[in-house]
Amino acid sequence: MTDLERRQDRAPVPAGWEYAPAPESRDIVTLEERYGLFIGGEFVDPRSGEYFPTLNPGTEEQLAEVAQAGPEDVDLAVGAAREAYDNGWSSISPAERAKYLFRIARILQERSREFAVLESMNGGKPIRESRDVDLPLAAAHFFYYAGWADKLEYAFPNRRPRSIGVAGQIIPWNFPLLMLAWKIAPALAAGNTVVLKPAETTPLTALLFTDVVRQAELPPGVVNIITGDGRAGAELVKHEGVDKIAFTGSTEVGKAIQRELAGTGKKLTLELGGKAANIVFDDAALDQAVEGIVNGIYFNQGHVCCAGSRLLVQESIYEPLIAKLKRRLTTLRLGDPLDKNTDIGAINSKQQLDKITELVAAGEEEGAEIYQPPCRLPEKGYWFAPTVFTNVAQSYRIAQEEIFGPVLSVLTFRTPDEAVEKANNTAYGLSAGVWTEKGSRILSMAQKLRAGVIWANTFNRFDPTSPFGGFKESGFGREGGLHGLEPYLDLGESEVRGG
Amino acid sequence: MSRLPVRKTYKLFIGGDFPRSESGRTYEAQGQNVARGSRKDARDAVRAARAGFGKWAGMTAYNRGQVLYRIAEMMEARTAEFAELCSGRAEVEESIDRWVWYAGWADKYAQVIGSSNPVAAPYFNFTFPEPTGVVAIVAPDEPSLGGLVSRIAPVIVGGNAAVVLASETAPLAAIELSEALATADLPGGVVNILTGYRSEMAPWLAGHMDVNAIDLGGADGDAPELERLAADNVKRVVRGRIGEQSPYEIAAFLELKTVWHPIGV
Amino acid sequence: MAKAPALPTGFELPLEPRLPRIGSVDQVAVEERAASLARRSIKKDAKMFALDLAVRMMDLTTLEGQDTPGKIAALASKAIRPDPADTSVPSVAAICVYPNLVPAAVERVRGSSVKVASVATAFPSGQAPTHLKVAEVREVVEMGADEVDMVIDRGAFLSGRYAKVYDEIVQVKEACGEAHLKVILEVSELGTYDNVRRASLLSMAAGADFIKTSTGKLPGAATLPVTLVMLEAIRDVHDETGRKVGMKPAGGIRQSKQAVQYLVQLYETLGAEWLTPDLYRLGASTLLNDVLMQIRKEKTGRYQSPDYFTVD
Repeated sequence: MTDLERRQDRAPVPAGWEYAPAPESRDIVTLEERYGLFIGGEFVDPRSGEYFPTLNPGTEEQLAEVAQAGPEDVDLAVGAAREAYDNGWSSISPAERAKYLFRIARILQERSREFAVLESMNGGKPIRESRDVDLPLAAAHFFYYAGWADKLEYAFPNRRPRSIGVAGQIIPWNFPLLMLAWKIAPALAAGNTVVLKPAETTPLTALLFTDVVRQAELPPGVVNIITGDGRAGAELVKHEGVDKIAFTGSTEVGKAIQRELAGTGKKLTLELGGKAANIVFDDAALDQAVEGIVNGIYFNQGHVCCAGSRLLVQESIYEPLIAKLKRRLTTLRLGDPLDKNTDIGAINSKQQLDKITELVAAGEEEGAEIYQPPCRLPEKGYWFAPTVFTNVAQSYRIAQEEIFGPVLSVLTFRTPDEAVEKANNTAYGLSAGVWTEKGSRILSMAQKLRAGVIWANTFNRFDPTSPFGGFKESGFGREGGLHGLEPYLDLGESEVRGG
Repeated sequence: MSRLPVRKTYKLFIGGDFPRSESGRTYEAQGQNVARGSRKDARDAVRAARAGFGKWAGMTAYNRGQVLYRIAEMMEARTAEFAELCSGRAEVEESIDRWVWYAGWADKYAQVIGSSNPVAAPYFNFTFPEPTGVVAIVAPDEPSLGGLVSRIAPVIVGGNAAVVLASETAPLAAIELSEALATADLPGGVVNILTGYRSEMAPWLAGHMDVNAIDLGGADGDAPELERLAADNVKRVVRGRIGEQSPYEIAAFLELKTVWHPIGV
Repeated sequence: MAKAPALPTGFELPLEPRLPRIGSVDQVAVEERAASLARRSIKKDAKMFALDLAVRMMDLTTLEGQDTPGKIAALASKAIRPDPADTSVPSVAAICVYPNLVPAAVERVRGSSVKVASVATAFPSGQAPTHLKVAEVREVVEMGADEVDMVIDRGAFLSGRYAKVYDEIVQVKEACGEAHLKVILEVSELGTYDNVRRASLLSMAAGADFIKTSTGKLPGAATLPVTLVMLEAIRDVHDETGRKVGMKPAGGIRQSKQAVQYLVQLYETLGAEWLTPDLYRLGASTLLNDVLMQIRKEKTGRYQSPDYFTVD
């Protein structure tokens, strides 16, 4: 035995490395047993008398009971919003309005850990995401729109914009607090008052937000929060006292709302579903493209309207890319949303889990090849392992329908034109991803893809300054940026007339 | 026996620190001994500004907006002190609200001033604003706080760093302001405030080859000579509007950059 | 595995026929991925595992003009028994010294598991004629060095003379004989992640046993994004050829927290197989005591003071 051999490190190479649990503490959150409706600056019991439970989808435990707003409750809320609008909010100086919103932004930043924990508990998303993405973006959204409140005359050439009145806003369960920020911030900055209905399964961060409203000393009735299922939303949409409706949710419900409002003259914006193509060319920075694909479909368990749910790979790079992708999936950690190391959290509800399961079964039946990394699913709660389907044809349900879960469908293409054709071959048009190191190709693809948001060499990036919204059946109207103000303003007539 | 107050020593504000004038001189203003800045202090301030500019311009617009908002927070806490050093509470509140107003522009002016340009050839073409660099500001004598704030805020919100010559007759509000700036998470060197005789420092700033722009809104009769000196390195000369606010006051200190890139497969 | 594509012009080399595609690295994405991995929360047993591994992977280093046999004696003693108050703490992997100090080092570690690594090839600049650099390598191996840490010729690399860089590594590898070869890329001089990837692939093709980030003589040495790029290149070579090459970040790792972050990155990129000093080393000097303090803190529950740990 050589001297060198005698002096080897004798410790065996480990079989693996178990990360110990690293839970974020729940102590920071205080929950009530039961919540009323937040109308006119205070919590009131629902006239409907109805309550329903809200759960932690990671454990199935009940967190609290929340109210079901009935027609009378909706009427009260709209009335409170109207009262606040007529008696103050629309006429207070824009600079003062801005300062209220700045206060809200700053308070949200200070309390962001508390909100992040609650968001993960009620919605199922990993604490890492609610802490590092949802909360910072929500606070930033308020900060950005605060600054527009007293600068509206610069946003639209030749116009003196005015507020509209009362906005009815209905938001989904995938980014509860962030969607609340996307709705309330521009509405208030523009001088409107709001009645907001959070999603049925995720009311708690909206209800906690009422405490921020209180701390900011926002005048009562400017923000009203009414909880409930789809019925409450339908009442809000129908209500005559509402001047504008903003809806984010499924395309199906969006169409129903559009039908309902037809002929009423009410302003409407819709942010609906998507089936985004994530297009990878053979000259892409491969390892980073894999990160982008993973982030595109497994971020927030795929509960993202703009998720990159269809991977379009250039055939020349197919094998190495898929090999890297499958290997990368094995390092995704699925489990307790409150564990700081969790990458994939719980599916938001039993209902959603059933839907995903059904579509995945359809995919296998239609002949696609399924891959799931070995994954231990916890006993309680709603879980689905990250999934990749290869050998997918354009016509399969899993390539056409929005699954809204951690399921990726992989298709191939040969030329840029073919990629464009396949990417655009859908009724949706929310987002798309392009991975290539060639600048001119990025711009050419951006020009031809029919989608409202194009991510080049990145995916799922959001910023309050950046307008977001879809083409075709993914909805209309934009949220974020200067353009996000328009839906909440009456641009009236020209300031300057000819002659 | 009444208590003897501990009086403040009024120093310069350079690079985030509070040094005395390298000349060791002071002069009397508003009943206090105030540092009498020299051309060397001005030189040091420009150096500090250049260093601060790199860091400040590299921060996100959102970050800069938050810092300006925090300047407002720090001023609000000192409202009573400020009120004694200028015309009164109203001027202080207006100044605080002015910081808030400009804070809100940080992540927006690019959307209003920039553009995407539809050129008649297969190129993607866009124009975006960038800060010019180090800006010298000759602050007006009056209003000693409001005038000062109305000139500093639009300069720095765009990412520039400033070397400010405070009001000669009423400099104390400027020094109070520097204390608020020092506690507002503003990187050192982004704002530098020099007190002293304008005639001893302004020409040196106007002729300084590493200063990119000069705001002569508060310079009055001295302006023509300073403008002549400024021509030596083609400084941007701005006649800032005292006491007004507008995104065009921000734009005056920005350069416009236009980028072309082909569109093709 | 798919067949490797032909190399682009300007990169013609008598390389192995199978080489992973060179490709590009996206800066923003790789920095984000590195930052995301750095946010893993490693506690309790998992942390102890990492700290113990970090000690066993350490190359305790002294590369000063003022090094003497006396200094080497102290260093070797610390390397063999890092914490006299706790004998369960293992020895480090190696001590890393200048050529003149190799005999003293070899003498001092005799009988222990600690290896002697010597820098060579006109370290740190590499700006000397090839034949002299190769002779230096032969000399240090003869003096008993187990490992050789060489530097690539950055001047040649940055002026596009890749063949020269390659040839030198091949010659040095030959001169190493049984000794294992670490090739230092000096990443802070390479300018881009693309270049780091290219230099990594080049060095591995030429026979490196380890690729190493830095000489430690320049500011801005090892960073998490840079090491991630290098690990990805190592992974590609392994996928393509089955060969396992090691990696060593050097310079700028002073705290245990950072060491754990590097190990997490290693584990999630290359897997458990690489969690061994045979395939990963940490080049450091002040890091060791910080790790010892952390180990003691985990064992006793108290935050520690440097006073209780030997300087050498």
